[in-house]
Order: sequence, then structure tokens, then C-alpha cells
Amino acid sequence: MPAIEISALRKMYDGRVVVDDLDLSIEAGECFALLGPNGAGKTTTVEILEGFRSRDGGGVTVLGRDPARADRRWRSRIGVVAQTTGAALDLSVAEAVRHFGAYHASPRPADELIEAVGLTDKASARIVDLSGGQRRRLDVALGVQGRPELLFLDEPTTGLDPQGRRRLWDLVTRLRADGTTILLTTHYLDEAARLSDRVGVIAHGRLLEVAPTAEFGGELRDGATVRWRTGDLVHEVATRTPTGVVRQLLAETPDGEIEDLEIRRPTLEDIYLALLGAAEDVGAGETAQPAEPEPPAISTPPSETAPPRQPRATTRSGS
Amino acid sequence: MTTATGPATARGPVAAPPSAARIARARAALELRLYLRARQAMIFSFLYPIIMLVIFGSIDMGGTVAGGVTYVQYFTAGIAATGIILNTFQQLGIRIANERDAGELARLQALGTPAISYLAGKAAQVLVTTAAQLAVLVVVARFAFDVPFPVDAAHWMTFVWVALLGTLAGTALGFAVSLLPKSAKNADTVIVPIALVLQFFSGVFFVYSDLPGWMQAIASVFPLKWLTQGMRSVFLPDAAASAEVAGGWEHGRTVLVLAAWIVVGVAVCARSFRWRRVS
Repeated sequence: MPAIEISALRKMYDGRVVVDDLDLSIEAGECFALLGPNGAGKTTTVEILEGFRSRDGGGVTVLGRDPARADRRWRSRIGVVAQTTGAALDLSVAEAVRHFGAYHASPRPADELIEAVGLTDKASARIVDLSGGQRRRLDVALGVQGRPELLFLDEPTTGLDPQGRRRLWDLVTRLRADGTTILLTTHYLDEAARLSDRVGVIAHGRLLEVAPTAEFGGELRDGATVRWRTGDLVHEVATRTPTGVVRQLLAETPDGEIEDLEIRRPTLEDIYLALLGAAEDVGAGETAQPAEPEPPAISTPPSETAPPRQPRATTRSGS
Repeated sequence: MTTATGPATARGPVAAPPSAARIARARAALELRLYLRARQAMIFSFLYPIIMLVIFGSIDMGGTVAGGVTYVQYFTAGIAATGIILNTFQQLGIRIANERDAGELARLQALGTPAISYLAGKAAQVLVTTAAQLAVLVVVARFAFDVPFPVDAAHWMTFVWVALLGTLAGTALGFAVSLLPKSAKNADTVIVPIALVLQFFSGVFFVYSDLPGWMQAIASVFPLKWLTQGMRSVFLPDAAASAEVAGGWEHGRTVLVLAAWIVVGVAVCARSFRWRRVS
């Protein structure tokens, strides 16, 4: 049985559709990353799944229940790390963790939990004196304290320094290994690539694409960018046949070094931006899928795979 | 329906979450701890009435109010009632609005906290701090300003039920009024003026029977007027009853009005309590 099942979900605010006919199924034990720009409908969707928001249409089942009719026992199986939660600033980290332990049937031991989010040094510090990143880590600790089966992580590493992000990633990896189902929303594509089994991109309330992280982007993955420099001019050619581009470049440069030559494959971020770009071109979207699997900025028509005669400085080629 | 199935969720049956009563106890302990740490609440709700008593008691207002009662004696009753309203209605209303705005309530909601546990924790904090405040006030009035203690067991009993009903009414209204401001920024500006105006209209700083009729009429709708009148029946000699506007202490009506406000506050809260700020 999937942990989350959404069919034809619809939500409107003041007559404006913010979630539009959304279908998605997330398996138990899976880590699913939901990506999308601000205002795309991510948080609204997640809050409907968490049972905090009503919906205007469609079916939603979370851990076998309709979240709109959630009870405490159901909620005890769910962990929420939201962006909008606060904590009493006059408490210390240890006091807060000990206090909220009383809300769970079998909470994780307080010291262990504080250690897991790297706040042991700050255990006796008041929350008001913590940095934004440290507060975020406390949010995560309180979200997983009750050993949830399903965890909603809403931008968990926003405001964290690189070390803090690493530590949090380790924690999420351990939770996954324990079989926790995780729905992650994030703006960091490397985070999605690192943590998730599958990725979904949402824009204008619709899912543009859902795919295993390793296959995400489909044909977009085949694109590559060849980049080099002559003097102050940076040349950038987007192509599906980088070898051909380099071969021609070598023919034009019989001796000496080609300055700063590199071939770049699209990152998850490139694919994500390409998908969103395509979605913008389609407008608010008649179709949920990009009509053309060759959106701009990543790939170019085959005729342009040769080095351009008039290289454009520091701009990406393509329409 | 089975609860946990599949290898990924093989955790055995889901244990029932702790009872609402257990969470309420944890909340009460937490609320008291936080109250002691919140300097603003200490000054503006806990110490304010005691400071006012010391100031007004130290100024020689001359003569007596009707019925051979000294001004400080009359004022002690009023400021005891005011302390209850500040500690409940004002302090609670602002604090809950702040906690909602800061997302503290959203966290409680996410943890599945029963609303009743949250509100019971608040009520427990208010009952303890109000009792402590009244104890300090009565002792300061007695030994600094010669205001006699309630004269017998019956008057002590009146003191207890008036304080208890007033605290409950103020608490219920504090829950309700916290829903009024759209954000915490407005909480002070919405809530403080209500409490302040009622103090002037309800016979706290001025003798109630000297106030213009329209002020009396407005005040008599709200709890503070009845609370101060009830406190006068505790601290003033029985002979002073005839100087009241109604010619008596009106205990029956006091119970009715305060109980009605408890019902109003609870009903508003039950209908419209929200964990999140309005978006």
C-alpha cells in the first residue's frame, strides 16, 4: 500500500487554481523530493497531505487515512518539519526537547536526538540565542522525535552552513535506512539528488515530471555544453553531440591548447530550470508535460551543433 | 484496518499517543516556567497592580469615600479585580496571539496536541500566578496601608469565589480576544486599550457611584465592574453596601454575569480557535 496516494487533487484560493488535477503516489519507505518555484503549489499540497488545509476536489490518502479526517493516532505516525513553526524562545534546547517528548508514546531519547542534529554544544543555550541554522536543526529534531513513519521535510536545510547540511543529510539517510517514508521539499537540487529516490517538479499547481532521480529529465540528460575561451570571449555551445563539437574545434586548432575547454553534462538543476522554462513557454499550461522534449537553454537544434561562426560572449547559445 | 503493513513500516502496532491530561500537565509546568522568564508579563501583569497600590496608597487622597471607607481600602478592592483581568484577559490574550504569530501553535498542531491541553495549561498558569498576586496584594494592603483582611470565614469564601469566577471569565475571554488581532503586532494595540478603558469605567481608580450614568451603563455589561464590586464586598465593611448604586452587593447578579462571560469566551473559542495566523 502506498504511503501517500493523491488523485485529481484540486485547490483554489479566491477563484484562482493553485493545485490543478494533481496525481501522485509515494511508496512506503520511499524518499520523494518535490521541487518547484515559490508559489508553485508545493506547500499547499504538502499542507493538504498533513491535514492542515482543506481541498476543493480529488482524493487524498495518507497512511491509509484521509488527512481531512485525521485523528491523533494518525497524526502520531506523521512527523512535520515545517518552515512556519516556532518554539518558545525562552526555553533551552534541552528543555524544549524534554518537554515535547511528553507528546509522544515512545519519543527518541533526548540526548541522542540533540546529538543527532549536532546541538549537543548548545543543549543548555536558550533558543532565542541560537542561529537560524541551529533553530532549523531543532525543528528537525522535534519533527522526528516521535519516530514518525512518514516525515514531511519542508526545506530542512535552508539557512544551514555546509557542515550543518551534511549532518542533516546523514540524519535523513539514517531515517530512510530505518524505513521512514520522506516527502522532501527543497530548493537545493543537489539535496534532492543526494537524498531522494524519485523527484517530482511542480509548477502552476501541476506536476511537470515525476521520475526516479537517476533518470530524471529523460532526453534532457543527453544534452551537453561545450565551453572554451579565446582571449576574453567565452564560447558556449549546447549540443547533443559534444564529441563532434570538440572534434571540429580540434580541427580548427591544429596546435596549442584550447583555453578552459570543458564539457558539462546537465545537472539536476539544469534539467529543473529547463523544465520550468518550458512550462513558462506553454504559459499557465494546457498540458502538464512539456510539449517539446527540447526546451531552450539545454539543447539546440542539430544545425547549431557546430561551433558558431560568431561566438557570443558569456551567453548561452540556443533560442 | 491494519495499522502498519509492509517491511518498511514493520514497527508493530501504533501505540496510543499520551492522554490529553498528561500533555496538559506538561503544558502547565512549561507555562509557569515561561511566565517566570517573561519579564514583560512579570512587570505589566504581575507587579503592576502591586505597584499601583503602593503609589495610590501613598498619595493622601483626603477624607473617605461614602460609608466611612478610606480611599486606599476602596482602591484595594478595585486593584485586586484589575490584577485578575490583567493577568488573564490582557496577558493571556497578547501571549496567545504572539505564540500563534510565531508559529508555536502551528507546531503544537503538527504534534497533534489537543486544543484543550494547550488551553488547560494556560488556565493552570493563570490560576497559580493570580493566586500568588492576590496573596501579595492582600499582605501589602494590610501591613503597608492598614486595609483589614476579610473579616471572617464568610468574607474569605466570597474572596475565593469572586477571584475564581473572575479568573475563569478573564481566562475564557483572553482565549477569545487572542483571535481578534490579525497579527501579533496588533495584539497590544487591540487588547490593552480594552482593559485600560474598562478600568476607568468600572470603578477601579474612581468611586463607581460617582461616575456618570453612561459610563456605569457601559461598565455594567463587562466583567470588571462585577469583579470590583465583588471585591468591595470582601474588603469593605458590610455597611458600605448601601452606598453601592444598587444599594447592595448583588452577589447573585455578579455570579450570573461572570458565568455568562465564561460561556461566551468558551463558545467563541470552541467555534473559532485557530492554530495558525490568518494567511
